[in-house]
Amino acid sequence: MRSLETHHTGAGPSSGESLAQEPGAPEELGTRRIRPSSQPLERTEGQLPNGHLLQNRYRIMGVLGVGGMSAVYKAQDLRFSNVTRLCAVKEMFNTATDPQVRAMIVRNFEREANILATLSYPAIVQVYDYFTEGDRSYLVEEYVGGKDLENVLSETEGFLPEAQVVHWAIQVCEVLSYLHSYEPRPIVFRDVKPSNIMLDSHGRIRLVDFGIARVFQSGQKGTMIGTEGYSPPEQYRGIAEPRVDIYALGATMHHLLSKQDPQLEPPFSFHERPIHKTNPLVSREIVEIIDRALEYDINKRYGSAEEIQRALMSLSSARGIGGTTAFGTPAFISGDVLALWRFACEDEIRSSPAVHNDVVYIGSYDHNLYAINADNGKFLWKYATEGGIASSPCVHQGRVFVGSADRVLYAINADTGRISWTCPTQGSVWSSPQAAFGHVFFGSDDRHLYAANIHSGRVAWSFEADGPVRSSPAIGNEAIYVGCEGGVVHAVDTGGRLRWRFRARRGVTSSPVLTEEMVYVGSQDWHVYSLDIRSGWSVWRYRTGGSVVSSPAVSEGLVFIGSVDGYLYALDAEGGHLVWRYATDSQVTGSPAVANGAVYFGSVDGAVYSLDAHTGALRWRFQTDGPVTSSPTVVDGMVYIGSTDRYVYAFPV
Amino acid sequence: MQFLRNLLRLRKTSPSTPILSSLPGVTPTHSRLKVEWVTDVGEVRSHNEDTALIVTAAHDGDDALPAFGLFVLADGMGGHQAGEIASSLAARVVAHHIMRQFYLPTLISQEHDASQSALNEALVNAVQAANSAVADQVPGAGTTLTCALVLGPRAHIAHVGDSRAYIVTEEGLDQTTHDHSLVDRLVELGQLTRDEAATHPQKNVLYRAVGQSDVLEVDTYVRMIPPGGRLLLCSDGLWGMVGETEMADIVQTTSSLQAACESLVAAANRAGGRDNITAILVEPPLS
Repeated sequence: MRSLETHHTGAGPSSGESLAQEPGAPEELGTRRIRPSSQPLERTEGQLPNGHLLQNRYRIMGVLGVGGMSAVYKAQDLRFSNVTRLCAVKEMFNTATDPQVRAMIVRNFEREANILATLSYPAIVQVYDYFTEGDRSYLVEEYVGGKDLENVLSETEGFLPEAQVVHWAIQVCEVLSYLHSYEPRPIVFRDVKPSNIMLDSHGRIRLVDFGIARVFQSGQKGTMIGTEGYSPPEQYRGIAEPRVDIYALGATMHHLLSKQDPQLEPPFSFHERPIHKTNPLVSREIVEIIDRALEYDINKRYGSAEEIQRALMSLSSARGIGGTTAFGTPAFISGDVLALWRFACEDEIRSSPAVHNDVVYIGSYDHNLYAINADNGKFLWKYATEGGIASSPCVHQGRVFVGSADRVLYAINADTGRISWTCPTQGSVWSSPQAAFGHVFFGSDDRHLYAANIHSGRVAWSFEADGPVRSSPAIGNEAIYVGCEGGVVHAVDTGGRLRWRFRARRGVTSSPVLTEEMVYVGSQDWHVYSLDIRSGWSVWRYRTGGSVVSSPAVSEGLVFIGSVDGYLYALDAEGGHLVWRYATDSQVTGSPAVANGAVYFGSVDGAVYSLDAHTGALRWRFQTDGPVTSSPTVVDGMVYIGSTDRYVYAFPV
Repeated sequence: MQFLRNLLRLRKTSPSTPILSSLPGVTPTHSRLKVEWVTDVGEVRSHNEDTALIVTAAHDGDDALPAFGLFVLADGMGGHQAGEIASSLAARVVAHHIMRQFYLPTLISQEHDASQSALNEALVNAVQAANSAVADQVPGAGTTLTCALVLGPRAHIAHVGDSRAYIVTEEGLDQTTHDHSLVDRLVELGQLTRDEAATHPQKNVLYRAVGQSDVLEVDTYVRMIPPGGRLLLCSDGLWGMVGETEMADIVQTTSSLQAACESLVAAANRAGGRDNITAILVEPPLS
């Protein structure tokens, strides 16, 4: 509950958000309620007017706050006739109709007042007086000018400095230590939150609103009192013991540092909203302390206020020293990886390797298709075409198929490197062929998707797309899916008839990847799309910070894809939400490969990366001498990839 | 135009037979998307604050669109009939948005394009539009909202509140949605048992509902409904009264969807019928 003015009181109103079941107002069975939002309740009915005199002594000067069942007034104590002595008067309404309940409420109130009157601690407001008039009970307290921490937070642009929050938290710990060691029984505050922590004119904190503090009796279940968002789970089971306050202090620190009001967030969601996600300036150390204070299991929390205070005081931010480990600068951990072999071509390699029967097949801009021994990188044969090769080869039934900038698709004997047949088109073939149904499917810059007979190379049909087809076809669900530079993803049946089209805003060079239900593909319009495989309807799209020419890899419910914005993304395949992303030093135009819980890809920064597929943590990286736009192939514990430094590399996974 | 181009192209490049001669040249027979529902005031309440709204579209023929169904269940809250106004308004706004943003464009355009909302965006936008409409037009009231868009065997679900979506198979009930209730969260954390939650004084407190804040977070889910399985949407008047085992039994052993809905509601009323009861049962087409 936001207080109504910044000039605050020693006794904040017990607000409508209180977890307490207000006596006399039993909840109607089966009535659904919505957690109160943060708008202040306005109650003017029955409010005391300015000038009203209580007990012939306290003159009302204004309202400081109102809650569902209470109000707080600023008042002047007329007993001190020669000076203006201010006080805060907390008024509580007794709405119970049952006389016994009414009497019990008054007794509880008086007990509260008596406990408070015995407390003597600088950071706790003093109680001067209490009385009951009819259906209203009053507590007269010290008036504290200043702001509460909720006011301070909302007036702060950007984030509060960590050292400041730690300084306040240490003071709260001191008050809590005092309360928790109170004799004869510990006092549990039960409602630590920013709006109950006042900052006086000297910058010291004062804990206010003891309206709900109660004498702690071990094991006894009490009424649930506290504030949703700040109260630990066990408080909903009526448990009130000192560690309840430690949780609430953790929740308060989380709110102060993250600027996320827990009253507006799902209950008990602190661990899903790590502070450093919103505030990258916080140190790892304080996050660890807050996390432990916020453990749902009471036994995993700090055992006492002294213990968490010691932890806070050990922070470098508590000693005013900078240089803590900020989350913004993650530690760079890179295990060394050595290439098992590398093989030199005569020009850049942009094609991705195909591996079959211990042979690596890869094309190069030097016009050649190479066959290399997968175990030792020894040359087996090469076949020279008339143009550069960026198309990635495909091996099927003893033949290697590859396209060339010379406009021809080649079928070459996989063992001997001799030509079987050629299939000429009217444009360069950058698209990588795919073999299925006795045919080879590939695209050409002449705007067509071709289906060529796998034995003869005769064109069975060609399908005219909306632009040059550099994307490689994906085959499944008895159809062929392919993108084109005109921005359209086409689904074509095995007879060459259109099934559906999806139009992105820019070209689709990325090659689609299929699952049983979905087609995943990237576009130069910066998006990654998930399309319904039957209709082409887009189910979700995710916007990256740049053109997406990389092709997706899908594994265990995650879609991995690179973007020209320099990141490799892991998106959840079902909803398209970001799971993690990893920043490289340049564009990621190659496509990732996933194997055994790791993702492999290259970047234009020249490196080959291996990341943990679930977390995005770096496993290893290897620096080549040129941009890496080739995509890795992972086979039998080995990763094969080419680089524009002219080498083909083989790494252990 | 595309149609003409196809013809021309086919003539030009001339395969007389398709590559896969084994594939039939006709579209497979469409079985139909089936749905039934019942909404009932229950045994205690004087009026029904639940709303069910159902839109289905079938298209048979060449280039047919997939079977489409939109199922919306809303359970309103708020005094002086504001609850039913809120739930009805929310359901209508959702249906309007989905039809306008997602389905209607597919009827006139042969291709889907990126200028249209993706399905999950359309669903989330629709629920957020309902949120604004309720906040503007029925201030103080709120509603749960559970929407399922069924495309073929796949259900896309958007959800706020404590109405529920289940996938019902031979194995029983699989609850898809999470209740946005305080006690459900406490149960998840192991701090309350299911039984304690059922009698907890705050069991009816929702931390998220339509119409309650400017910014509304919407949960989305995608689930496959396996062959022979059904999708069940229901309000807490059903799941709060009838155990999951009994619900699963009723849905699994009753072949008629209508009879199953009626049995579910009858079971809730037998158990006391303390709240309004709504059940929607959907059976996707077999592909």
